[in-house]
Amino acid sequence: MSSFVGTLKVEAKGDREIVMTREFNADKDLVFDCFTKPELIKRWLYGPDGWSLDVCTVDLKVGGKYRYVWKYLKDGSTMGAGGTYKEISGPDRLVQTESFDEAWYPGEALLTTTFVEKSGKTFVTINIQYETKEGRDTVVKSPMEGGASQSYNRLETLLDTLILEGKK
Amino acid sequence: MNHALNQSARLDATFAALSDPTRRAILSRLANGEVSVMDLAKPFSMSQPAISKHLKVLEKAGLISGIKDAQKRLRKLEAKPLEEATEWLENYRKFWEGRFNQLDSLIEELKLSKRPSPKRKNKKGE
Repeated sequence: MSSFVGTLKVEAKGDREIVMTREFNADKDLVFDCFTKPELIKRWLYGPDGWSLDVCTVDLKVGGKYRYVWKYLKDGSTMGAGGTYKEISGPDRLVQTESFDEAWYPGEALLTTTFVEKSGKTFVTINIQYETKEGRDTVVKSPMEGGASQSYNRLETLLDTLILEGKK
Repeated sequence: MNHALNQSARLDATFAALSDPTRRAILSRLANGEVSVMDLAKPFSMSQPAISKHLKVLEKAGLISGIKDAQKRLRKLEAKPLEEATEWLENYRKFWEGRFNQLDSLIEELKLSKRPSPKRKNKKGE
């Protein structure tokens, strides 16, 4: 079962950046689409379990805006975030601002996402630069629920379904 | 909240100390045990004063400490602040790991749903 290709590496860089690196088992066109097409974003960026990504709009052009609204299924409460695209060099590089409606970290963040393809795999690097070091520290210290094991289970179910479908 | 503030300041110091490759190399060297300042400087093409500067930063952040030994000037690694920083990053990592695993499954699904064309892929976008 060729499920998880990449291990996610997260590092703090300087005093206000976080850098995430992860590889995916697909060409960069496909991975880039998953990061920029609302119908695809909705299918993976909804987690952790118990959340859904209800609203997802993307105006993929420089100066264009994107917006996500997550909903917590238990009580219907929502969390919104969005920003503006500063640079789009598809499928290699994406630069966008990010801020949350209820600012849980001070200022906005600048996300630079790069997609590098090597022998059929795509290496994604997300560099998140916060306006202040307090912003970065707030994010790093927030007790976010992992939900990794949940998604392993979810993936297993999905793969089973897909394998069955493939046999048709 | 004083405790939180201290924690935040500590975290800053830790991350700032870790932001330099020489300092990271020093820490990984110390991970195997105590080393003298002299020996620490050896693998680097750097003057001892330059290394000492880095050691001061690491010491200030509480990541290393000196050992009373006038002769050798030993330094040792202090694990706690590193653990703290790593723990916080780990939190963050887990959160995103969940999402990225979902992306893995989506990618597999998309690859399967594409008509298998063993030759080459064409066509991008709509």
